[in-house]
Amino acid sequence: MNIVNNTYVYFRFLEISVRGQMQYRVSFVMLSFAHFLTTVVEFVAVLVLFDRFGSLKGWELAEVAFMYGIVNIAFSISDAATRGFDVFGTMVKSGDFDRLLTRPRSTALQLAGQELTLRRVGRFIQGLAILIWAANALEIDWTVMKVGLVIFAVFGGAALFAGLIVIQATLAFWATESLEVMNSLTYGGVFATSYPVTIYRTWFQNFFIFFVPLATISYFPTLAILGRTDALGTPLAFQYLCPLIGFTFLALTLQFWRFGVKHYRSTGS
Amino acid sequence: MSKIVVENLAKTFQIPERRPGLWGALVGVARRTYRSVKALDGISFSIDSGELVGYIGPNGAGKSTTIKVISGILNPDSGRCEIDGLVPWEDRIAHVKRIGVVFGQRTQLWWDLPVIESFDLLRDIYAVDADEYVKTRDELVERLDIESLLNVPVRLLSLGQRMRCDLVAALLHRPSILFLDEPTVGLDSVSKLVFRDFIREMNTDRGLTVILTTHDMDDIEALCERVIVIGNGQILSDGPLAALRKQISPERLLIVEFEEEDARVSGLNAKIIEQDGHRTRLSFNPEKISASELIAQVAAQHPVRYLFVENPPIEEIIARMYTENSL
Amino acid sequence: MRGYGALISARFRTLLQYRSAAIVGFTTQIFFGLIFVMVFEAFFESSSLPQPMSEPDVITYIWLGQAFIMMLPWNVDRDLQALVRSGGVVYELLRPMDVYTAWFSRAIALRTAPAIMRSIPLLVIATLLFDMSGPDSLAAGLAFGVTMIGAILLSCAITNFISITLMWTISGEGVSGFAPAIVMVFSGMIVPIPFFPEWAQTIIRILPFSGLVDTPYRLYLGHLPASDLGLLFGHQLLWTFAFILLGRWMLSRGLRRLTVQGG
Repeated sequence: MNIVNNTYVYFRFLEISVRGQMQYRVSFVMLSFAHFLTTVVEFVAVLVLFDRFGSLKGWELAEVAFMYGIVNIAFSISDAATRGFDVFGTMVKSGDFDRLLTRPRSTALQLAGQELTLRRVGRFIQGLAILIWAANALEIDWTVMKVGLVIFAVFGGAALFAGLIVIQATLAFWATESLEVMNSLTYGGVFATSYPVTIYRTWFQNFFIFFVPLATISYFPTLAILGRTDALGTPLAFQYLCPLIGFTFLALTLQFWRFGVKHYRSTGS
Repeated sequence: MSKIVVENLAKTFQIPERRPGLWGALVGVARRTYRSVKALDGISFSIDSGELVGYIGPNGAGKSTTIKVISGILNPDSGRCEIDGLVPWEDRIAHVKRIGVVFGQRTQLWWDLPVIESFDLLRDIYAVDADEYVKTRDELVERLDIESLLNVPVRLLSLGQRMRCDLVAALLHRPSILFLDEPTVGLDSVSKLVFRDFIREMNTDRGLTVILTTHDMDDIEALCERVIVIGNGQILSDGPLAALRKQISPERLLIVEFEEEDARVSGLNAKIIEQDGHRTRLSFNPEKISASELIAQVAAQHPVRYLFVENPPIEEIIARMYTENSL
Repeated sequence: MRGYGALISARFRTLLQYRSAAIVGFTTQIFFGLIFVMVFEAFFESSSLPQPMSEPDVITYIWLGQAFIMMLPWNVDRDLQALVRSGGVVYELLRPMDVYTAWFSRAIALRTAPAIMRSIPLLVIATLLFDMSGPDSLAAGLAFGVTMIGAILLSCAITNFISITLMWTISGEGVSGFAPAIVMVFSGMIVPIPFFPEWAQTIIRILPFSGLVDTPYRLYLGHLPASDLGLLFGHQLLWTFAFILLGRWMLSRGLRRLTVQGG
């Protein structure tokens, strides 16, 4: 059961999940639309504030919208792909996790494959629309490198958000009730890193650069793409490569997950 | 060399305590205490290949915990276990490839999808060779007669139908050991018989090693040559079912409702527990007088509206075992 | 009456058990509060134009919001959601209680217990460390208190309404999916309503959600005069009753539909 086989099984899982959801086609369309509306309404806050204040410490609406777009696309991918981990708290309580342990696959793989929540496409579309609008408004000088960076940043971001959900799921092994903590961190992170991190106080900037490195999804890549100089003085190379951090973060959280499973298997539910 | 070897397994759980009352709840926010529950207190047994063993005991006795340990889900605090040369909790993935588990009332099939798609997915999860899979699947489907259910979504199946599908699902990867955890709860009589027939056949014809935990004594009597009784985390009895029967009082109850009120019986080879109105409760020893003989005698005395025979519930048997073992 | 009181008390006690969630929630709310404050600070720094609310007022407003965030109808009662999904909701009819009032009682506990656990420490910290100020005047403080009660009732009515809509959705999500976003934006939680363009403010003030956040907090700040209490409290109560009536009607129809269809 090597990596190729495991990848195959993962995609089989996703196929099953998609087919299950497609059975409820009307519901899917309605929910996607509702989700789209929700996320659009969130952007309203950004619009309102720029309308009142005009600019944000040297950043204009389109630039912030560009960052907002990347972050939201990244989050929507993670949100769709990590449902199994997100609802893990209930699974642990109901004892259904045991069934996963009776199968000859890693529990992480099984949870990752549990569901691909298609209706999150609502946020994906919203993020993409805003990103495209912002890119147009900013008249960006697109190169292959820059397009690659956007994609890299989006997936690095998705990995980072996924890592946060894995942490939330792992914590469910210890808490007697399901903790929605990471929901706040993910949504808070989406909100906070839609704005350039330089607007925050230093210690807060450091939080989003070093601790929960969401700045690596939006701020640094955006600097590279817009050709802006970084007030923090990071080199261009870093700005291009930093989404790697998201993948590393996810790998670390999966280690934490393994630790959590070990704990579960020695203390029972 | 036994297939399953269990030696001195011990497992203690820490359960958080909940304080009563509103003040208690507020205090509980600040300070949390635990109490210890000894689920397994030195369990030992060994099972050979091809055995069909019943594993019984009252609720909370440690049955589920044992199953969880030997299926690799749970690590014990101490003790040894080896199944086919592997330690279940240390080599989880290698171990679970060789076992099948059916949890009663909890299906492992995917709720919204046709049964066949769950099977196909399990084939991929267990990485079963494609041709082998088709052969095994078709055999099992035919044997359990679920051909007509293959395209039905699992959520539309009745409990009995789901059980049959779960049995197939558990055996698709040709495990050599099958664990059944309370599989017949809530099943109708026909489904129970189908279940028993199937397990018996798998055991005798295919040499499948089976461990069955259940509350249903009829399951035990129909299937198990050997019965292990667990109570309070300890093995109370381990041996042939016949021996267990002899060990405990073989009394059965016959409850009769007569046509006439105040019908009274006498002179029977049975003890009268009570006679009240239409109802009479008798206790008899089936080794001394068979149920049908007694029924005939009773019916000869007065016209009967209906009657039924009751086995002493397993809890009673175990309770007696407790008192006998001074626990 | 005693039955409902017991329900509230029992549910309240259960919710107080969730102490880890409260501690974690408390931390993340400080986190969120700081983000909001800093974003606003940055915006204020970027413009010298006069703004509808002063920066100190915005800061206090944000911390009030974070302190009492759990009071908002942003989630449904999980137990009810599970009950509806499993079809067991029909068994509610077997209890000697008016189903709507029983659920409302649960909502009262749901909207107060977690909020109390978090608000007290949060208000203390925010006052000591984060420049949160006290009420503008005694009258402001009293008006705040009264409209907080109104906000809780309104929130319970909305929560209950959302829980009831679960009976009509197949996957059990539906309205509860986008309710949080609508509530957050239109209550003034994310951006205080005075910052919205004038035309939007008129619409938002009519909507029920402003009664949840905007009303009590701006009374607290003195931004809304305490003399407006009657009007504002009336607005809260009016919408509360509207949601209650709508909720009751939907509940009875929903239960009837389930008993006819067999759940």
